[in-house]
Amino acid sequence: MPRPGFVLDVDRATPPVLFHHGENFKLEKLPPGRSRIIYPGEPLEPLDDIEGAIHHALLNPHGDSEPLPALLRPGMRLTIAFDDISLPLPPMKRPDIRQRIIEQVLDLAAAAGVDDVELIAALSLHRRMTEDELRHAVGDRVYDAFAPHGLLYNHDAEDPDNLTFIGTTDQGEEVEINKRAAESDLLVYVNINIVSMDGGWKSTATGLSSYRSLRHHHNVKTMQHSKSFMDRHASELHSSNWRMGKVLRESGVKVFQIETTVNNNVFGTEGPMSVLQKREWEWTTRDRMTFLGMKAGLDRMSARTRRSIFQGWRAPHQMTSVQAGEVEAVHEVTTANVFKQHLVPVEGQTDILTMGLPYICPYNVNSIMNPILVMCLGLGYFFNLYRGKPPVREGGVLIMSHPTPWEFHPVHHPSYIDFFEQVLADTTDPIEIEAKYEKQFAEDEWYRHLYRTSYAYHGVHPFYMWYWGAHAMQHLGQVIIVGGDVRAVRRLGFKPASTLQDALEMASDTVGRDATITHLHNPPILMADVT
Amino acid sequence: MKALQFERNVARYAAAMLAGRAVPGAGARVGPLRLRDIDPPRLPGPDWVYLRPRLSGICGSDLSTIDGTSSRYFEPIVSFPFVPGHEVVADREGTDGTDRVVLEPVLGCVTRNIDPVCVACARGDLGNCERIAFGDLEPGLQTGFCCDTGGGWSTLMVAHPSQIHPVPADMSDEAAVIVEPTACAVHSALAAGVSEGDTVVVIGSGTLGLLTIAALRAHTSAGIIMATAKYPAQQELAQALGGTQVIEPNELKRAVRRTTGTLALGDGDIDRLAGGADVVIDCVGSEASITEALAVVRPRGRVAMVGMPGHVHLDLTGLWQREITLFGAYAYGTETLADGTRRRTFDLAFDLVRAADLGRLVSATYPLARFGDAVAHAAGAGPRGAVKIAFDLRNEKERTRA
Repeated sequence: MPRPGFVLDVDRATPPVLFHHGENFKLEKLPPGRSRIIYPGEPLEPLDDIEGAIHHALLNPHGDSEPLPALLRPGMRLTIAFDDISLPLPPMKRPDIRQRIIEQVLDLAAAAGVDDVELIAALSLHRRMTEDELRHAVGDRVYDAFAPHGLLYNHDAEDPDNLTFIGTTDQGEEVEINKRAAESDLLVYVNINIVSMDGGWKSTATGLSSYRSLRHHHNVKTMQHSKSFMDRHASELHSSNWRMGKVLRESGVKVFQIETTVNNNVFGTEGPMSVLQKREWEWTTRDRMTFLGMKAGLDRMSARTRRSIFQGWRAPHQMTSVQAGEVEAVHEVTTANVFKQHLVPVEGQTDILTMGLPYICPYNVNSIMNPILVMCLGLGYFFNLYRGKPPVREGGVLIMSHPTPWEFHPVHHPSYIDFFEQVLADTTDPIEIEAKYEKQFAEDEWYRHLYRTSYAYHGVHPFYMWYWGAHAMQHLGQVIIVGGDVRAVRRLGFKPASTLQDALEMASDTVGRDATITHLHNPPILMADVT
Repeated sequence: MKALQFERNVARYAAAMLAGRAVPGAGARVGPLRLRDIDPPRLPGPDWVYLRPRLSGICGSDLSTIDGTSSRYFEPIVSFPFVPGHEVVADREGTDGTDRVVLEPVLGCVTRNIDPVCVACARGDLGNCERIAFGDLEPGLQTGFCCDTGGGWSTLMVAHPSQIHPVPADMSDEAAVIVEPTACAVHSALAAGVSEGDTVVVIGSGTLGLLTIAALRAHTSAGIIMATAKYPAQQELAQALGGTQVIEPNELKRAVRRTTGTLALGDGDIDRLAGGADVVIDCVGSEASITEALAVVRPRGRVAMVGMPGHVHLDLTGLWQREITLFGAYAYGTETLADGTRRRTFDLAFDLVRAADLGRLVSATYPLARFGDAVAHAAGAGPRGAVKIAFDLRNEKERTRA
């Protein structure tokens, strides 16, 4: 029986705690008597029979939906959309969940005589997936059967001929999605929920949409009113997507949603990485030696080598649930299953929140974690991993540990470079950034060209990363990055610190001495349920 | 008299090359430049006058000469030994601050007693004189590179009346010494052929770059002026003098692409732009800066070489295929303004120095005895937050004894 997540009060006997630090790690001693550590739950037990569970889900849908076989008929147009490279994190060992589900959906479609099938990577404004990445997601058999015939491809949010305007919500939000998906008799969406933000109507209304549609919820106002965007019922981001979902449903777009959850088995139970999943006071002598050996090795490697090793890691995530049917009903079950793994009860807020940022976020798979993504991972994703209220008080201090190199992947993140060089050199205020620069980047012809023909994130994407941190920026009194490139950290508008102790000293200017501290021991992922 | 003299000495020249390659400006301490007591220059003709320099600037071309990196192109148009210093504000001999003049150092036909003057001099385009190695004077494209005239890095020099411009009483010596480089910048800005609303890129924000920005603002109807500047002090000045956008040098391609909205070649990393800026003014003159200029200028755009180049290795395929005009802009003479009027470049420079308060660009001055420190400061001006470094001759003892 896996142990749930919990909060540890730090005392003098508490050993140094693990901080992820990009493609490396640190062990840090937190001040006793005023610090606490939120630990994630141990990996939930996976499903015993994954193929059987998928089959069961397809035949026993949730909500107002018929079983999948009943929705399939000869002559129909079937589109299968699936989550892109940003999920799960890190990428999972083969076979990927998407492959397992898509193969079963295709088997049912074939049995029903459906021969007009197309598969679309629902990447929205993310970069296109490469052949290798697509093969990893859907498997070689599916790829070879569809891709050579142009029936398996990346969504193109900048192709006006392949977008359909569906309508507007009661709040004037325009809904525009992939034409093939919109005009299909059935859209089957295959999702992986790694955090509670994923899935639901966000799958289709975001994953298959265009900038015209996205701008209605990917903006500063929405993000500042999403507290947090990991909690659907308190998230304006989700409210907007749900309104769009209503428009989709009422316009006749029929969606059969298949959602899955995975457990916290990110680093495995064997091998050197497994120590990262254990609680420090339970480390055996062998664990300590393994950790020290691994760290000594990493310290001696070039950043490039370290990156290559970490990006090559395929996580042994295991599926904990699969549910299918009507979007909203499915998502309720999915969210409950995500929370089972992630939620940790936490009482009250502290003055300081610390976190060690790992090497990966949704937007640097097989790529570089540039400074904007560091900001997004810390102030966007990790800060928002709460329900109720943030574990740090308003006006408190966030201390993040990450090397934050002034480095970008030019193919994947071309507009990020310009955002960093031009926009952040001018201002870090998300409202000003949105008003002054978003349109220029969103409509830039070169970015559009690279997004459509190369492997570049859309021109506007760095703005969304910045908006993702808007709620945290509004909430926090100060942000400090430990061990980061000083110039890059300053460009982000944050304070650089050499050590955690220096950062805590700097934080005392904002929150006073003897400030209370929460450390988010993430990853594996946890979500603070703060009362 | 006391003077810094540059002599022909192969061994010292080689030492300067090595030292200068290791540390810019280091050639001053080991090279052919020596502080000496020498005889004053003779007056080359009856109408010539003696000048007692007050301030004399250190220019990029001086630094190249001192560090042994300048081109052998100059060999036939300089004469040894010479006293450097062509950015000069001086007292006419016999006065002390009551008759200050700025030197226009080009040694054209008139100064060389050549009659009739060459076509360029007849036009007033002094910088293009075809006789700089001929006539009554030894070869020398300017005062400061000619063995007959002396130069500003001394306590006494000679000048032809056609070379001197009176300094208004209310103009400081610091402002006056910046007039000569300002004249270069004014000429460059006007020679660049900037049309109304053009996007202009200025590469480099050393003295010449900064002055060019000011000149572009004052004398052209450029739209956006983008300037590269490496150091904070340069960045502030580039903006203050009229730069619309001030950019780190390694960010130029991306910035020009964004500003002009053009496409680019390269998969995320930019190799070169498809379109680009209308005009690029290169105030650095290195292989890298010229390559960069060619990469960011639009087809049929113009690239002005204002910084002094030397031997460079360039791929000019793009220049050919994109029909780019690459041209030099050197010195000054007479300019044709937008309204068709013709004015001496120095007159325009005096006006600009006053209007834009360009005397503030003089960051530090040194006595001749500290020439090693002065040259090192000038060579490292950017990182040290400085712009123009000059020699201050006003307190030299020898100034009062010939």
